[in-house]
Amino acid sequence: MSDVMSGARAQILDGIRRSLRRGELSGEARQDVEARLASPPRGPAVARAQLAQPEKVALFCQWAETLNATVARVAAADVPGEVTAYLMRNNLAQNVAMAPSPLLEGYDWSSQKMLSIRRGRGEGSDQVSVTGAFAGIAETGTVVMASGPDHPVSLNLLPDTHVVVLRESDIVGGYEEVWVRLRSRYGKNLMPRTVNTITGPSRTGDIEQAMELGAHGPRRMHILVVRD
Amino acid sequence: MSSSPAIPSIRPRRVALFVTCLVDLFRPSVGFAAVKLLEEAGCSVEVPPLQVCCGQPAYNTGDRATTRAIAAQVIDAFEGYDAVVAPSGSCGGMLSHHYPGLFDDDPAMKVRAENLAGRSYELISFLVDVLGVEKVAARYAGAVTYHDSCSGLRELGVREQPRDLLGSVQGLTLREMKTPEVCCGFGGTFCVKYPEISNAMVSEKSADIAATGADTLLAGDLGCLMNMAGKLQREGSAVRVRHVAEVLAGMGDLPAIGEPERG
Amino acid sequence: MESTAHAFKANVDHALADPNLQDSLAKLKVGFSERRRQAAERLPEFEALRDRARDIKNHTLAHLDFYLEEFERKVIGLGGHVHWAPTAADARRIIAELCQSVNARTVAKSKSMVAEEIALNEHLEALGIAPIETDLGEYIIQLRNEPPSHIIAPAVHLTKDQVADTFLKHHAKLGFDKRLTERNDLVAEARYVLRQKFLDADVGLTGANFLVAETGSSMLVTNEGNADLSNTLPRMHIVLASIEKVIPTLEDAAVLLRVLARSATGQESSAYTTLNTGPKKQEDLDGPEQYHVVLLDNGRSAVLGTEMQDILRCIRCGACMNHCPVYGAVGGHAYGWVYPGPMGAVLTPQLVGVEEASNLPNASTFCGRCESVCPVRIPLPKLMRHWREREFEKHLTPKAVRQGLAMWSFVARRPALYRRLTALANRMLALFGRADGRYRALPLASGWTRFRDFPAPQPGGTFHARWAKRKT
Repeated sequence: MSDVMSGARAQILDGIRRSLRRGELSGEARQDVEARLASPPRGPAVARAQLAQPEKVALFCQWAETLNATVARVAAADVPGEVTAYLMRNNLAQNVAMAPSPLLEGYDWSSQKMLSIRRGRGEGSDQVSVTGAFAGIAETGTVVMASGPDHPVSLNLLPDTHVVVLRESDIVGGYEEVWVRLRSRYGKNLMPRTVNTITGPSRTGDIEQAMELGAHGPRRMHILVVRD
Repeated sequence: MSSSPAIPSIRPRRVALFVTCLVDLFRPSVGFAAVKLLEEAGCSVEVPPLQVCCGQPAYNTGDRATTRAIAAQVIDAFEGYDAVVAPSGSCGGMLSHHYPGLFDDDPAMKVRAENLAGRSYELISFLVDVLGVEKVAARYAGAVTYHDSCSGLRELGVREQPRDLLGSVQGLTLREMKTPEVCCGFGGTFCVKYPEISNAMVSEKSADIAATGADTLLAGDLGCLMNMAGKLQREGSAVRVRHVAEVLAGMGDLPAIGEPERG
Repeated sequence: MESTAHAFKANVDHALADPNLQDSLAKLKVGFSERRRQAAERLPEFEALRDRARDIKNHTLAHLDFYLEEFERKVIGLGGHVHWAPTAADARRIIAELCQSVNARTVAKSKSMVAEEIALNEHLEALGIAPIETDLGEYIIQLRNEPPSHIIAPAVHLTKDQVADTFLKHHAKLGFDKRLTERNDLVAEARYVLRQKFLDADVGLTGANFLVAETGSSMLVTNEGNADLSNTLPRMHIVLASIEKVIPTLEDAAVLLRVLARSATGQESSAYTTLNTGPKKQEDLDGPEQYHVVLLDNGRSAVLGTEMQDILRCIRCGACMNHCPVYGAVGGHAYGWVYPGPMGAVLTPQLVGVEEASNLPNASTFCGRCESVCPVRIPLPKLMRHWREREFEKHLTPKAVRQGLAMWSFVARRPALYRRLTALANRMLALFGRADGRYRALPLASGWTRFRDFPAPQPGGTFHARWAKRKT
């Protein structure tokens, strides 16, 4: 750290401590905040999504549709078929950019003869992407994406249409359960580069306060909720 | 929000009326209506003579020293009464919510201010929440709309109580505005410091009132009422403006605010 | 951004006479408040969450130094950089140097009020670096060379027609020479025009709604997806955030997120809520190679420990201005700086000086609607009153007001004198007003009578005079 930098840093931290009329945190006060960081307390429990798993899945679907995604509940074997059927229903070319995810590889894409798949990150010209999802949040119909070699972030953002393959067993109640899953997969206090929590297509209310879909991110989101 | 206990006492309460400077100067009938309602509910009412003002003009202009001096006067003048009742949410709120904070550096006065705060009330909420009044015997033939004055609503939780009592007035129908809870633009000195903004706000309120089709506007604060009455009259509206206490006390046939005496 | 807060009264006149603005405000007054009310109703735990949100923020502020250090430690541990900027000038310099270090020609920007606060765009432009506003509202006002008028909907003051005219004017040279009339067509055109700019940008600069100390993450809440494109495609991601944005943990974020979207737009959740932590990992297929967080103080540490501290809880939802009848009458530009409405009336004097912004905390009726909807329960009227107290102490209160108040105070402290003078005033006003019951004009009260009649007192004397007679 440069001298200028450490000077600025000290200036700000000293300014804070002066205002709070104390020096650097130490002793019991410090132990308390460190303990709080180590075991983060939760806020008031939100009852809405504290349901049995089948009801959670139903709630997820309900909210996702209310917030402008479309949802198809399918068996695992029907995933590739639903993707091509969706493209056909919406007059889209049978061309997708797919996340190179081991989970997605488990579906039989070769059964879809007309479907052309490019695996990798998103490109500006992509019309449709197909990705998995780290989790789904029933409380608000939100899909959670964790970046990694199996899930480039650009696939969530660049294409016109985003198709998400989400397993029922990955649907949780609220944010708190997502954090538990993230910590379990990546380690305590460690995160992937990007976690996107996405609720429906991109939108804006910037013109006369009326919501329009398809600002910069995808205009359409189709979620396949897959029975395990 | 209001924290008044809802346990009515059987013995007549010794109540002091906090008249408010606007009622004193512009519309004494509001004070007499308050007295009538309180006496009919079983209270004995006195009017301490040394009261002047709750101090809001100084308080909201940032002059804490003057506010403290006036508050001290009020605390002295209203010593010893079971309850201090004002026909005004903003004055009631000043006494019950803002006085104690004025004396953070004076523990003895703070205790007295907290004591006064604990027994200060806006009139309608005192009648309903403390004395348990559920209805009045008045009649009023008219379609009424009710404006929620800001301090009464947000500091003291006065909203359902006047509507409940108005519901018991024979002949009266209530027509709600689209947004009765939006400020009318009075704000004490605000209306003369920023008259154009105040006018924009009261014009919206006037349109909301007109859209109800009511022939009468009521509220619990005379400042708001004078502001709205003045605007309605400037616009040539036929809507009559009164204080809610007057209608509840059966004095709804007096000349309305801004109307000349008849005859 | 240069402040015109000192010209508040002139700004107000302008605003009240602007029919397009007044049309837009009419929509705003009804829309946002109704949607927020419905969202709050749908969530039974909403009030408890507001209390908790307030407590989280208070706890964080009391330990702000600790959490900032923790945040920094995590960011550095994951390959990112943290830069400390005590002043706006420091932040501008740091960001410019970062952009120059990668020979940036364009910077894709998502909406950042802090960036407005430090006047970043002008600084970059002067160095030959082009900031591209990608948030639709910010893009529109960038084309029009206007400041934002709302902290989450920067172009809320404009009508659809005004946007259509602006697009025609600026997009025609790109081949879009048809004047559009539908909102979705306007959005689609902006999407198309900006798409290549995302792909070409060298640097992405975003703000942050929260900085999570536990993980060293910056958190961004948007609807459009522009911020996420800005922080994924370019080689460098710069996060510009003020120091009070830090929060302790992901669990705390969950609480704040639940009250943020609902309070701002009445949405259950915004479309994109994103956590960015460090640069791309080696095995990632996309993402920036560099991740920099610029922490701006610019006067905030000085607010801690003072009677204004509560304003630092603000999570920039905009609910206060959506519900404020003054904002609803005059819009955001009247406030003259980055932050309008009630939170602006409290924050602006702190950041630009109370002399410059003296009108802002005075232009309020203290109706309290702002406080009643603030997700972190900031006592905004009380803080505005504190500013009035400071102005009074510094003799910034207008002379006429001070003198009037002094005369009134003199009398109010002397009840007997007060009685005599009010009895006199009552008699005079009742006498001259007797015929009409009201005054259409009144000397010394022209502020009132310009727009309203002034009711005359009831005849018969003051209440105290009549009460005294009643007793005898």
